[in-house]
Amino acid sequence: MDTRETPEQAELRRAARQLARELGPATVTDLDDDTRAKRLAAAVREAGWLELRHDNGDGSPLASGIEACIVSEALGAAVADVAFTGPLLAADLARRAGVAPAEDAVVVFNETLLEPASGGGIAVDVDPEHAHTGYVLLSDKDGPRLARTNLSKSQNSESERAHTERSRGLGEVSGGADLTRAIVEVPDGAEVSYVDGARPLCGDDLAQFTALGLALTSADLVGVMRGALDVTVAYASERRQFGVPVGSFQAVQHLLAEARCLLEGSLSTALYAAWAVDELAPADAIDAGRVAKAYCSRAARTVCETAIQVHGGIGNTWDCIAHVYLRRALLSSQWFGDDGVQLQEMANGLS
Amino acid sequence: MDFRDSPAEAEFRARLRTWLADNNPGLPTSSTDDEYWARQAEWHTALYDAGFFGLSWPAKYGGHELPTVFDVILDDELAAASAPPRPSLGYLVQGITTHGSDVIKDRFLPGLISGRDRWCQGFSEPDAGSDLASLRTTAVRDGDDYVVNGHKIWTSYSDVADWCFLLARTDPEVPKHKGISAFALRMHQPGVEQRPLRMINGITKEFGQVVFDGARVPADNMIGAPGEGWRVAMTIVSHEREPGELGYVARYTKTVKELEGQVRADPAGFRPDQRQAVAWAHVQAEMLRLHVCRRLSERLDGIEHGPDGSIDKLLMTWVEQSVGDAAVKISGAQSALDPQDVGLKIYLYGRAQSVMGGTSQIQKNIVATRVLGLPTA
Repeated sequence: MDTRETPEQAELRRAARQLARELGPATVTDLDDDTRAKRLAAAVREAGWLELRHDNGDGSPLASGIEACIVSEALGAAVADVAFTGPLLAADLARRAGVAPAEDAVVVFNETLLEPASGGGIAVDVDPEHAHTGYVLLSDKDGPRLARTNLSKSQNSESERAHTERSRGLGEVSGGADLTRAIVEVPDGAEVSYVDGARPLCGDDLAQFTALGLALTSADLVGVMRGALDVTVAYASERRQFGVPVGSFQAVQHLLAEARCLLEGSLSTALYAAWAVDELAPADAIDAGRVAKAYCSRAARTVCETAIQVHGGIGNTWDCIAHVYLRRALLSSQWFGDDGVQLQEMANGLS
Repeated sequence: MDFRDSPAEAEFRARLRTWLADNNPGLPTSSTDDEYWARQAEWHTALYDAGFFGLSWPAKYGGHELPTVFDVILDDELAAASAPPRPSLGYLVQGITTHGSDVIKDRFLPGLISGRDRWCQGFSEPDAGSDLASLRTTAVRDGDDYVVNGHKIWTSYSDVADWCFLLARTDPEVPKHKGISAFALRMHQPGVEQRPLRMINGITKEFGQVVFDGARVPADNMIGAPGEGWRVAMTIVSHEREPGELGYVARYTKTVKELEGQVRADPAGFRPDQRQAVAWAHVQAEMLRLHVCRRLSERLDGIEHGPDGSIDKLLMTWVEQSVGDAAVKISGAQSALDPQDVGLKIYLYGRAQSVMGGTSQIQKNIVATRVLGLPTA
């Protein structure tokens, strides 16, 4: 038993944090900077991180859940407006189905965001420049089978309203609360077709896919907490009232101290969930993921709310980056289920 | 990163599991019953004699010099077997190891670790709680001895203790942090009066008060140098804050397992909010188990935790109180009707966790200023 990272994992963490910090948005205004966002997307692509769950040639992924979660946490910490988890999940599903993933495919989820849709739904974490393929699962007598739908077509028909309501944030696609990751609505009745050569998925495939989703979204939440806390501690150390930094007041200090504790506890659960994806039996990996997701969702909500509170009035304005963290936390929490969903699943298991 | 057992760890786990199958003393649900505290010494020596205590401590003092992560396995298996947790005295061992001379270590560590000698901790006083450095118990040199006068409180296990790890003021002329020294004082002597304390859950055997009225302690029993007492105390309390040192994970996991068992036995008998409270307690206990795993793994690098211990103490406190919340919620109306209700006792016991070993407010001060680096007023 040794939960320390390998030197390679530590190096990946360092590189991912550095890249995300350099190319991620430092301010809300930066979210409108398409040139920067495209450079970020290109850098993530060039680093090979979108291929971490591609087939290694023997059916196993190129990298484990740990590496995938290390990148996820780094991107969350920088509220990096780049598609990562979406494409990674699509590649993982394609690998399990024994096919090469379509370039920049993402998975279409049902409206609760808990599992892949069978037709219409929501494609989450879409790269607005590249994404065209949405994966869904169609069930036949052999079980669920990978199928595809065209995202650009569905976008034309259904998300016009979301599109026109958008005033800031990503590209041309987003309509969700999260300003850093795009979603595309796929209408019911959208045209879907089986992916050639895809073998039917078994229960274990779907369980491991879910475990990966729980781990990746938990890791993203850990990152979001870390980023929100860093920004807020810096602000509290600079912002002065009554002639002193507000961070010198015990009432403020205690909020931030609690946030730091929640971050540390979250990290401990998320690391185990990340390791469990490829190392434990599917049901146990899901259990590990549920614990992490329940803890991290609840913690992230508190930490991001603290970030807004400590920023005071400014924290409630659009131009303060604090809400960008909270909004990202909301999507990462809901995706694969928040603390309420996980606790209910666990409570239902007690019978 | 590997959460699985190495071959040596797996062998240890199997051996421990076999031993526990035959040697679980079946004590009452921990910490909620005086019988538990009364029989704790028996459990300590049984665990030690079987080779399952003091896992990471030096062999010459009775330890096994194993990597610290073996304590994770010990806690796992104690919880799985519904056995009592391991005795929490790692912090005293750390205090003596860090500050005691070789003579002191040779003299006191073997008895402390084996459980043959029982120890209590004479730190807090009625007027020196969070402000521990203002303690007023005095130790005045008289020949080869010091003569001790004062009043200690929250002195765990003082009723059964052979020795007291005592903080006393030896120099009233210097600033308060600098005039304190630490001693190993023999409890069985005239001038030491033990007064029990009854806690809010009714137990009387865990905490006591001790009044010293002319008690004597040989100067040779000083731990560390004269005036080093504050540093000794800080070593001890920082370890006292670490769940990895305390072994409480086993207690929480065991309680959660029992609560889950109650729900499983009668699923229809519990409301959704009761079941979700148990699920949340499960999440919390599991978090702490994994957190301890991470912290003890970090120690393989030789990383020693300073102010981070306060983070862990706060996490542990939230776990204990979430477990207590689940316990009292599962009891439902019984918790209000039956003063002996176990859920009530677990809940009430848990309130102390945010006070003992340094209040949550103090821990947050430490995290804010020393971990986050926030400015001081």
